[in-house]
This record gives sequence, C-alpha cells and structure tokens, in this order.
Amino acid sequence: MGETIVQKLFRTRLGRAVKPGEIVVADIDLAYAHDGTGPLAIDAFRELGSNTVHDPSKIRFVIDHASPSPNEGASNLQLKLRAFARENSIRIYEVGEGICHQVIPENESLKPGMFIVGADSHTVTLGAFSLFATGVGSTDFAEVMTSGKLWFKVPEAMKVTLNGCFQPGVMSKDLILRIIGDVGADGATYMSIEFQGEGVKTLSMASRMTVCNMVVEMGAKNGVFPLDEVTVKHVDTSSLNYKSVFKPDEDAEYAMSLSYRLDELEPVVAAPHNVDNVKPVKELEGLEVNQVFIGSCTNGREEDFEIAAKILSRKGVKKGVRCIAIPASRRVFLNLLRNGIIDKLVSAGCTVTHSTCGPCLGVHFGILGSGEVAVSTSNRNFKGRMGNPESSIYLASPATAAASAVEGVITDPRKLIGG
Amino acid sequence: MKIRGRIIRLGDNVDTDVIIPARYLVTHDAEVLAKHVFEDYYPEFRAKASGGAIIVAGENFGLGSSREHAVIALKHSGVKAIVAKSFARIFYRNSINLGLPALVIREAEGLDRLKDGDEAELDVANGVLTIIKTGEKFSCDKMPEFIMKIIEAGGLINYFLKENG
Repeated sequence: MGETIVQKLFRTRLGRAVKPGEIVVADIDLAYAHDGTGPLAIDAFRELGSNTVHDPSKIRFVIDHASPSPNEGASNLQLKLRAFARENSIRIYEVGEGICHQVIPENESLKPGMFIVGADSHTVTLGAFSLFATGVGSTDFAEVMTSGKLWFKVPEAMKVTLNGCFQPGVMSKDLILRIIGDVGADGATYMSIEFQGEGVKTLSMASRMTVCNMVVEMGAKNGVFPLDEVTVKHVDTSSLNYKSVFKPDEDAEYAMSLSYRLDELEPVVAAPHNVDNVKPVKELEGLEVNQVFIGSCTNGREEDFEIAAKILSRKGVKKGVRCIAIPASRRVFLNLLRNGIIDKLVSAGCTVTHSTCGPCLGVHFGILGSGEVAVSTSNRNFKGRMGNPESSIYLASPATAAASAVEGVITDPRKLIGG
Repeated sequence: MKIRGRIIRLGDNVDTDVIIPARYLVTHDAEVLAKHVFEDYYPEFRAKASGGAIIVAGENFGLGSSREHAVIALKHSGVKAIVAKSFARIFYRNSINLGLPALVIREAEGLDRLKDGDEAELDVANGVLTIIKTGEKFSCDKMPEFIMKIIEAGGLINYFLKENG
C-alpha cells in the first residue's frame, strides 16, 4: 500500500514506515509560542522541574496577540516572556514585528519536511512550505522546550485536487471557505489535508498560506502543499535530497478525496456563528456592514492589500463604515509603504495600524458594538470572537471585504473589479 | 478510576472562545479563569459545576483556539470529566495533558436520557458512564493505554515527573 504525504513526512523523520493511528515520538525542528500561550508554557516548564531549555535555537517567542499591551495583566505576562527568553537565550519577536505565522516564515530558514509546532491553532499555516506544522497547547510546548520532542498520532489524510485558475475577484480564501463549508467544522478532524493537482501551481505562496491557515477550522491536524517552483523560492532546499516525499504514492490510501475547479468558484462568506456556515456572497448582498477588518494571519499579506487597495481606490470607504487594515508583519507593512499601497488605503479612508493580531480575537481594539455587523478577512466568526457576543461576523476574502467597505453593504467584489 | 458528578448538558461545536473569551488570556490565575468560564453564554455554569460536574456534549467539543486556559477554567470550576460525541484535536490533547478525562460516547442515540443535573458516575478506565438514579449505563470508547497512563498520573507533567523520577 502506498503512502500519503504525511506518512512520508513521518517516515523521513523516524526512519521507518508508519500507519495512520500509530502513536510516535518525533524530534521537533522549530517551536514557537506567543504572548497568549507562552507564559502558561513557562509555568508548565517550571512545573516539569526543567532548568534548561533543551535547545533554545529551536524555540521562538512572538508578541502579537495583545500587542502593544492593552492592560497591566498582559504587560506583566509579556515581561515574564521577555525575562524567560533572556535567561534562556531564546529569540523573541517584539511588539510590532508582526503575527507569529507571518514572522516565522519571513525570518527563519524553513526547510521542506521540517516538523514545526506552535502554541497556536493556526500554526498549520506553515504547511504551505511543504512541511509538517501543527498547533499544540502550552503543556505540549513545555514538553518540547524540555525534551525537544513530542508525541503524535499519525493522521489519516484527505486529498484535495485543484484544477484551473481563479476568475478575477475570486481568491484562495473563497476556496478554503468553500472546502470548509463542504466538509463541515469537524469533517476533517485529526486529518492531514493534502493539496494536489494542476491548479496548485497557480497559487502564490501567500494564497497557499491562507488555505493552510484555515484547515484547522474543519478540525484538521495539518495541511500540506506539494514542493514546486513556487515553494523553492521561499525555502532552503540546500540539504534536500528527498523530493519524492512531497508527492503521494499513486496507490496511497486517502480517507477522503475532494476535487475543485478553481475557475468555477465564486466569492463566498462564512456567516455567523460558525466557520462552516458558508454561503455565496450574492445570497447576502445588501446586508449593512458597520466594520470591515482586512488583516490577520489568514489574509494580511501583500497580495491581500493590493487587491483591497485596487477596489477601495475607486470610491473610498463608505461614510459611516470603519475599515481597519493591518499588515501581518512589519516587512509586509514596509513593502506596502514602498509600493504605494498604504497611501491608497489611507487615502481611501482606512485606519491602518501596526502589525498585530488586532481585532481578530477581540482582546484589544476594534471591538464591535451590540448589534453591529463586521466583514472580516480573519479565520473565526464564533459568537463573541471579536469581543462582543451581541455582534455578527462574516468571514470573507480581502476582495469581498474591500468591496463591502466601499458599498457599506456586503458586496460581490466582481462588480468593482475591472470595468 | 471512578468519577462522580452532576451532568451538565451542552450542545455541538462548543468552541474555546465561548468557554473562555480571549480577553481573559491576560491572566492564568485558575480562579480568575474559572470565575469567567462561559460568562457570555452560560453565566450559571460555574455555580452548577462547583460541586463536581461531568459535561455531556455533542460533536466537536473544544474547537478553535489552542488556549489551554479553556481546560484550566473548566477544571477549576469543578468539571471532573467530559463525555462528548467527538472532540476537536487540540482541546482533546490539552485536556489529557492537564489530567481531565475526555471520553467519546458511543451511544449517540441515547444521549437524550442523560439529563442535566442527574448524578452520574464515570468509570474512566472501562469507559462506562452510569446514571446513579436509574442505573442505566452508557459506553464510551476506552482511552488508549498511553493516554490512560497520563490521566492516571494526573496529567502530562505528573506523568513525566513519575517516568523520570
């Protein structure tokens, strides 16, 4: 019986073949935590009686969730994170450098086939770089700091075959929302989602990151893209001698297989209050919007703001609508400053802020009022996610978010593109 | 290992933002987290759980964020175990790591007979949930041996200390 990509990743790591369901212990190449989960991991590390971090060169901290700190409690936890990093020679990315899932691939040398864990559920984003990446809790993170290893159950896999390319105004966010809508919020629990097919090569690295970012919203353990000419521009392949790892065997056994033609997809939103409540934008057109958020680890990259700026430049943000735009990292911010996109966003009436998770998780700013409606490019629309259980969140692509900011109502971006 | 508590019934897709909103990630004081458990949706949860509770829930319990704060808040409120039709992956792992048994119930059909407020006993090792009043028994999937060892030790930290002690 042939192997799936994730089986090959585990085989390469362990030096022996594995079967789905098997429990194994694997060495971790890189582990990161943020200000929300890192302090708890430090407590667990101390409870373990550990004195020294196994290999500090493989650990990173990022201050991104409550950044800069909105209150004394968060400030003190961040002090704790900084002190621990200093004492243990751990690299820490500071306030304003950006969101962990963006900062890590920008600054660290990623290699295909790596095993990465992060104390954040959206660590799955990094599977875009043809590696194994998954989210863990703080105690697991403490275990990694102590031993450099972690136990895993080898997952079953789902194959998603992509063909064709997107029509203008349709983005990879629409693809992943559509998949989640089809599969359901628990339809891929514990699975590895493996993207295949001709359509993959039409997706930029940023688009692949958006797709992998949200596989956790259908319960998946990880998502992974094949290694191709797009990937090699973003990873270190100098020591790579096992390219066959990133293709499944012809007779690999998949628990589930799906297939999409990208040119047949249309803009969609995830309506309140579940990510799998996915509907075509055209069914919700005309719904009044109070706040639009463009950013987050899901959609805070250059291509996201380029299309948003293009749409927003036409008429600007509708009077009465708040449009908050947050580049996912300082590097993205600088690139957008240099190519004039920030100018266009600010001129259009957007509030552009420093790089942070921001309104996505309702801990900080951009909290909605009771009865208000937000269109957000982030990844969760749970009740109260953006800080107020009496508000409603519609998840959408940056194109749909920008079009909705321009019209003040949920709008199909294809109406504002081209022409 | 047997656990007794009053049943608290919850539905499908109970997410970690609902269990403990992100605004409380600025602390990891267990008492503070427990004080705010389910505060936006089920404010009486804490009082109901305080004498010892077994949550009986539907599909995909604990989806969303990796925040371990959710398990801490539940445990410190008085939750002794969670029985659900299915669990989200990271929550399941966090629950085991903090020594809170999380079992998948098999008889999804009979779930209606598990009433909110009923006194129940959970035999964790054998995966049997019994309603005290009626004696009716429900089967759960047994936890794998490796996971059972972590639960018996009281969580991953105690397990690790025992193994390396």
